Amino acid sequence: MATHAEAVEHGHGPEAAHEALAHHFDNLEQQREAGALGMWVFIAQEVMFFGGLFLAYLIYRMKYPTAFMAASNHLNWKIGTFNTAVLITSSLTMAMAVWATQTGRSRRMQVGLMAATVLLGFVFLGVKAVEYHDKYVDGLIPIAGWFNPSPELVAHLPHGVTVGQYQMFFWLYFAMTGLHALHMIIGVGIIAPIMWMAWRGRFSPEYHSPVENFGLYWHFVDIIWIFLFPLLYLLGAHFTAGH
Amino acid sequence: MSEHIVPRTTYFGVFGALLVLTALTVVAANINFGKMNDVIAMTIAVTKMTLVLLFFMHVRYSSRLIWVIVASMFFWLLILLSLTLTDYTSRDWFGANVGGIMSRQ
Repeated sequence: MATHAEAVEHGHGPEAAHEALAHHFDNLEQQREAGALGMWVFIAQEVMFFGGLFLAYLIYRMKYPTAFMAASNHLNWKIGTFNTAVLITSSLTMAMAVWATQTGRSRRMQVGLMAATVLLGFVFLGVKAVEYHDKYVDGLIPIAGWFNPSPELVAHLPHGVTVGQYQMFFWLYFAMTGLHALHMIIGVGIIAPIMWMAWRGRFSPEYHSPVENFGLYWHFVDIIWIFLFPLLYLLGAHFTAGH
Repeated sequence: MSEHIVPRTTYFGVFGALLVLTALTVVAANINFGKMNDVIAMTIAVTKMTLVLLFFMHVRYSSRLIWVIVASMFFWLLILLSLTLTDYTSRDWFGANVGGIMSRQ
């Protein structure tokens, strides 16, 4: 960094500055903090984005508590628990990838940890696809015309619960987990070029903002799931009334 | 570089805590505590979120400016949830015909 400090003193000598330093920043530290701040503002916006869906869930669930518990029983909490563990592990590998760039580990290690994160992301999405397919087979896709639960399910609805209330639970289930899954798919698209940069040896203890900021995004997506899991999957786990 | 590097042991500790809390919330959900089921599930979820925020997302070691963004994030979410609920929960006060969405079937 000494060469860079000199460059600043002597009027931004471009030949001495770090190749990753953009001209409108004084130094890499300022650049890093500005990037992290921007990422956090984006995450704050994302919280409002998902917040609307959590609010819709809260209102409908207060209105139809029994229907939501019964409908939640159609989700397999064991599969949900497995996917939660997968996502938490992917958060660990991502945190370790940030650590690997911060401490200047080999590019093989950096790319390997990010590849592990992507792999776990694909496992999560694969399990999600199987779950969605199960709902399709059971006629629980909450789109008009498609929503067609079996006569057996309809006959065993708890007292006072209507098919429409079931449909609302599954609408929220697909909207919330679908938006979450979309964030993961976008995440995989974003990390791909970052892995390429890591392979080219672009990251060092001085410069690793793309890895760090992608990590913030990935952990945020993990936090959303931390709330979706109990609200959607675990809600009906102890529910037995009417069955 | 004033950037704080979180040691690996901290990450592994947080990871272990998140897995234990996940197991705990699954066990609790399979027991009927009545209304307390929600309280237990959300307490565990908030604890897990806090661990991820502070350590995986480095908030604990971040500048005051980042803390302000994180605090305002929760503040605006609270406005979204609480002000909307003041409407929905008070509609019944004026009789069922006003559109009392909180009235239970």
